[in-house]
Amino acid sequence: MKILALLKRVPDTEAKILINQEGTGIKDEGIKYVINTYDEYAVEEGLRLKEKMGAASTVTVVCVGPEEATELIRTALAMGADDAVHVCDKALERPDPFVIAAVMAKAIKAEGFDIIFCGKQAIDDDMGQVQSILAEMLDIPQVNVATAFEIAADAKRATVRRRVEGGDEKVETSLPAIISCEKGLNDPRYASLPGIMKAKKKEIRKKTLADLGFSESPGEARSTILRWLPPAKSSGCTMVKAEEMRDAAKELVRLLREEAKVV
Amino acid sequence: MANDILVFGEVRGGGIKKITKELIGAARRVSAAAGGAIDTALIGAGARAAAESLTGYGLRKIIVAEDEVLARYSTEAYAAVLSDIVKRGAYSYIFLGATAMGRDLGPRVTAKADGVMFSDCVDVRMEGTRCVARRPVYSGRAYIEIVRSGDRPNYISIRPNNVAPAEPSGGGTPIETHASNVTRDAIRAIVTEIFPLEGGRPDLTEADVIVTGGRAMKDKANFKILEDLADLLGAAVGASRAAVDAGFAPVAIQVGQTGKIVNPKLYIACGISGAIQHLAGMRTSKVIVAINKDPNAPIFERATYGIVGDLFEVVPLLTEELRKVL
Repeated sequence: MKILALLKRVPDTEAKILINQEGTGIKDEGIKYVINTYDEYAVEEGLRLKEKMGAASTVTVVCVGPEEATELIRTALAMGADDAVHVCDKALERPDPFVIAAVMAKAIKAEGFDIIFCGKQAIDDDMGQVQSILAEMLDIPQVNVATAFEIAADAKRATVRRRVEGGDEKVETSLPAIISCEKGLNDPRYASLPGIMKAKKKEIRKKTLADLGFSESPGEARSTILRWLPPAKSSGCTMVKAEEMRDAAKELVRLLREEAKVV
Repeated sequence: MANDILVFGEVRGGGIKKITKELIGAARRVSAAAGGAIDTALIGAGARAAAESLTGYGLRKIIVAEDEVLARYSTEAYAAVLSDIVKRGAYSYIFLGATAMGRDLGPRVTAKADGVMFSDCVDVRMEGTRCVARRPVYSGRAYIEIVRSGDRPNYISIRPNNVAPAEPSGGGTPIETHASNVTRDAIRAIVTEIFPLEGGRPDLTEADVIVTGGRAMKDKANFKILEDLADLLGAAVGASRAAVDAGFAPVAIQVGQTGKIVNPKLYIACGISGAIQHLAGMRTSKVIVAINKDPNAPIFERATYGIVGDLFEVVPLLTEELRKVL
């Protein structure tokens, strides 16, 4: 079984995000980049499926991203993925879900696949679109926000639980399909020392757009960012104090009712 | 090109979901500045009955599709129907909820109908002849304002609880039936069962009030005191990542960057320090109450009201005092 796991390089969740002086993006200094949190679940789920399906199965990481993404791809290889495709091209600097999906679709078709795992969204632009656009481009079903995954005995179908408002849906899907992963699906493993050593010898196939057969641009960005804005500042906290905690609680109730009018 | 807007409404249990009226509210604001009509599409079991409740909202028409094959949501069937409706109506803008359904359906239809989509927007307005959407990036640590390039159909998904719902304006609206030609065979991924969340409380992303506990809860059983407060307020119960990772609460109720992004009227944070990734999930709440032993906890910088104290003392007192007046 050929299993793909899609990976994106994003700022760490604890990174301080500040808008640059020109107002055209964020300041890059001091930001630590990591594998997108949800993509870690995708890699892990791919590895678990491979372990279940046996030796003939492989996990291939597919990443569209800058040169610096290489070390994160190595991390996924150290977790146990077999090899990787890294599409790296200066022309891809401005991320647009359609452009990324078009590039991924080409790379993935060339690679071949039986199932694709990815994160439910990237924690930088938070668009959550690429996997569904990709599913349409590849003409395969999608199951988003998976919290449980089980493959059928014949490996032609899978049962997925997907998180929705107020509960979970159980979805039966044919394969191939794209499954986007939610926290809780699994507990991603850490790379072991032998894993890290082995990863150094694993193949990362670097591709440019030309290598993928794009004679011209893979499409123009379909949107324009007019401006970047910082989040609204908090207007300050009213500390509720009293000798007796009961009086503080009473005062808080009064403020919530009379001032904030929310209860 | 006319600036006609299609609102994709959501139906649940035969009723209209709250987000639908919020989307109509946003659409009315845009159409007041841009001109153009507003239509609403409702798909699924109970769509027609739900449509009856929207006839007084200034819509040009309501399109319903409720064939058997559409009774329950599936990406492929709904995407086929919605892209048909969009193509037929030549809409300029399509508003959806940033809900489980909207998030799954939006990008797929966008790809089918050669559009462009902006996900998870918190505001939408006209600026000259352009429809500008504001959306958080980096989990709300920054915002962008974005417009489409060219005139492809523009899908905009809007987060629940951000836009004031439309009020009825009188008059009537014709209801049209859309006959889909989707067959069961065309659906490769299908919902076969639904498991409701335990507890019967409102969903975090839809709740007006949320009570959340952090690592200081110390134990799963202690969430009972939060549940007592939540039951009194008709609130949802949430947990911080620290509490979930410690095994005190299920991941389904985690609030934060890697959990649920919430936007209630009132958010009560109990024993939560306020890590960046937690703030990212709740910072847009209208009123934030923080209860924490540590006066230097970062949560107080975002809070509206704060009490420095032990949550095991403060929360039961708060519940008691509220019970006296509610």
